[in-house]
Amino acid sequence: MSVMGTRVQRREDPAFLTGANRYTADLDEPLLAGALHVHFVRSTIAHARITEVDVSEAAAASGVVAVYTAADTVAADDLDPFPVAIPGMIPDALARPWIAGEVVRFVGEVVAAVVAETREAAQDAAELVVVDYEPLEAVVDPVEAARDELLLFPDHGTNTALEVPFGHSGDALFEGCEVVVDRTVVNQRLAVCPLEPRAMAVTWHDGRLVVFMSTQAPHGVRNRLAGIYGLEPEQVRVVAPAVGGGFGAKINVQADEGLLPWIARRLGRPVRWAETRGESMVSMPHGRGQVLRVEIGGGRDGTVGAYRLTVLQDAGAYPSMGAFLPFMTRTMAPGTYAFPKVECNVKAVMTNTTPVEAYRGAGRPEATAAVERALDLFAAEIGMDPVEVRRKNLIAADAFPYTTPTGAVYDVGDYAGALDAALEAAGYDELRAEQRARREAGERLQLGIGVSLYVEITAGPAGNQGEYAKVTLHRDGSVAVYTGSSAHGQGHATSWAMLAHELTGIPMERIEVIAGDTDRVPEGHGTFGSRSLQLGGSAVWTATEQVVEKARQVAAELLEAAPADVVLDTDRAAFHVAGSPSVVKTWAEVGAAGDIAGPIGEAPTGQPIEAALTFTADNATFPFGAHVAVVEVDTETGRVELRRIVTCDDAGRILNPMIVEGQRHGGIAQGVAQALYEEVRYDADGNPLTANLADYAFVSAAELPAFELVPLETPTPVNPLGAKGIGESGAIGATPAVQSAVVDALAPHGVTHLDMPLTPERVWRAMTTV
Amino acid sequence: MQITLRVNGVQRTAEAEPRTLLVYFLREQLGLTGTNIGCDTSSCGACTVHVDGESVKSCTMLAAQADGLSITTIEGLADGEQLHPMQRAFQENHGLQCGYCTPGMVMAAVSLLDENPTPTEQEVRLGLEGNLCRCTGYHNIVKAVLACAAEQSGSTAGSGASA
Repeated sequence: MSVMGTRVQRREDPAFLTGANRYTADLDEPLLAGALHVHFVRSTIAHARITEVDVSEAAAASGVVAVYTAADTVAADDLDPFPVAIPGMIPDALARPWIAGEVVRFVGEVVAAVVAETREAAQDAAELVVVDYEPLEAVVDPVEAARDELLLFPDHGTNTALEVPFGHSGDALFEGCEVVVDRTVVNQRLAVCPLEPRAMAVTWHDGRLVVFMSTQAPHGVRNRLAGIYGLEPEQVRVVAPAVGGGFGAKINVQADEGLLPWIARRLGRPVRWAETRGESMVSMPHGRGQVLRVEIGGGRDGTVGAYRLTVLQDAGAYPSMGAFLPFMTRTMAPGTYAFPKVECNVKAVMTNTTPVEAYRGAGRPEATAAVERALDLFAAEIGMDPVEVRRKNLIAADAFPYTTPTGAVYDVGDYAGALDAALEAAGYDELRAEQRARREAGERLQLGIGVSLYVEITAGPAGNQGEYAKVTLHRDGSVAVYTGSSAHGQGHATSWAMLAHELTGIPMERIEVIAGDTDRVPEGHGTFGSRSLQLGGSAVWTATEQVVEKARQVAAELLEAAPADVVLDTDRAAFHVAGSPSVVKTWAEVGAAGDIAGPIGEAPTGQPIEAALTFTADNATFPFGAHVAVVEVDTETGRVELRRIVTCDDAGRILNPMIVEGQRHGGIAQGVAQALYEEVRYDADGNPLTANLADYAFVSAAELPAFELVPLETPTPVNPLGAKGIGESGAIGATPAVQSAVVDALAPHGVTHLDMPLTPERVWRAMTTV
Repeated sequence: MQITLRVNGVQRTAEAEPRTLLVYFLREQLGLTGTNIGCDTSSCGACTVHVDGESVKSCTMLAAQADGLSITTIEGLADGEQLHPMQRAFQENHGLQCGYCTPGMVMAAVSLLDENPTPTEQEVRLGLEGNLCRCTGYHNIVKAVLACAAEQSGSTAGSGASA
């Protein structure tokens, strides 16, 4: 019986539920015996010249082994500068120093590293480090930064880190349009907030660098550290133990993390570091942070003629992955719509704030929020129902593969189908009727209804690096699956066992899944961009197919039959000659015999049967969906309550609906949180105002309703599983639906747009000032 | 200073600085790393344990204050190999993903049902407001707690006992 599409419970859970799993800070490996504790001293000022760093008192404190400043890292002959994220694209002049020595550019930048025998001693001594700052004026707002009146890197001459012009045709783009709407919207900066902050433990052992780290991409970390320390990748071992969430902020190696091997080597002892939440809120990369100008033009019949999106990305103080997010935004700018003309230009600027990188969606939520806002504004301008306007412009279900004006090739989709399904489940017409009734009655609690459509890109861009898998059949008939995917909550161990079981019939409990250790899995890319099932899963699937084929040939030898006549009965997990099911060879018998070395027909050699490969897809996949949000707005206080959120999210063929729904739930919550609650805020001097979980409005269970999920499966032709990514969909679709719903509730007040988060104050002001 | 606690039914004694928070004492002095740390403002609830049967964020209490008290951590919730009904409900309802909030969430949920054996969905949501999760959107956590409540109230209703 097929296990595909069934709700297999997670094998990972018992260890998590009993506290037996080990996160990085929990590790007590013998390799880490006697580890020193590192505590980073971080800048408390957003922009300043450092005039003096006095570490003498700290260095003399009890338990302190060393205190390092920029003077040490700059003078070190065994440490090259921290490399820029993408050499060639980001000028070296914008490289982040290991430790700030002359200028600090954001609150949270490292100014010293204290190393001590205990965590407490390191923390205490950090308080004794005296840094003299000569404050400089800070620039916090990316729009202001783009004016280049105040420069973060005067030698660079501009705050622009990256700008790629794709062409701009001015007013001509909207020629022939009866109506043109022009509006600037903000996609606010968010804190990623995996529940486990960053953590790392490092040691040098037998000439090799061994790293335990809370990361989404152990092989990427291995390669990056090998590059920094002039090692071969084989000389570095990176282990990702249990990882408490990532959401994009644990893909790369940050400067503070990258420095730990140097400290460990200098001192000849293992070192460990676990950031506090307060530290994490200013030093873990943030997400989003775009200012988007939308211009949309078309006819009064609702047909859009042209759309222009101009993206200004806040990259933070040191441009890294965040500077490249606008390219993802650009790729997905037209969304689900067949706009005849689309232009999108992008630019990333530096500000005196924490650097920005990926956060669940990474550039795509911004594209969706922009185009969905644009359509709502256009609908309001021509006085048409926003759903009607969307229908008139959707890409038709028979138009795939569909090449967009920004160069994406959408694999497959049924956008109208998703919209219909979501509207029907929500009861759209009834909701509009209730809204009318409440408006007519002048009720205090007014209803708002928001609809969004989205399409996003996963496992992209095209020509991605794929993912590695190796499947080994042991002599006892059990199987080991080695995967380059590295889970941090996604349930790969369960899903990959399902895949291997499906093809072999071997019971899932006899299938071990090995991941997150670069010594045990030689290659890999990791888990990000909603890539794992479609690349990592397809790799496991394809490698297992190869193992089955090899095993069939071995079984033919053992059965003294022609390989073409031998079949695998997965229900019995055994091979037999077609038509003669009574004589079988089990997986254990085949495993014991081993592989055949030469051409078919030669004797088995006894080597284990296995297959290793990297699966690559010819194209990215483009999951899509429709969300309907229903909010109640208290017209006296401005308080918004999300009453319902109905989502139809298509991720192609579903392997485990339980896990897919869990991914959708998590994304929806984060999407709602962006619309209503969460925002990283700074004051005008660059002081963070949301630097802990008491001040940052991290969404809780009390602010959310139960989610209403509508199923839809449109398999992709791009991979053998028919699977697309599902990790980020919820966060992409929910935000504009909820934002739109709040604006919709305020329509009688003349409101057509409000930036997020839609706090009571912002909503109340909108009602009272328009 | 010397601190003696009864942890998961076993008397444990260890040395710690007076400023040591209970959560660090459990993790570092006693090696019970199942209790996680997710913040430094007592906002996230990842470190929730039971102190004399009541749920407590173990970062809000000094180890010294817990001297002589009885503590239950996630490691002590199951009955040997037999998962606690709440642990089972979390697995059956996919109430966890990365697992980091899970120990605190489960301990808080057990305590919630101790106080209110038959909560409504809204009561569960409000009751768990102090425990943050970034992965699940809380949907399946709430579902798990309600399922556990239904199972326990069903079984206790039969025996006439009150949970």
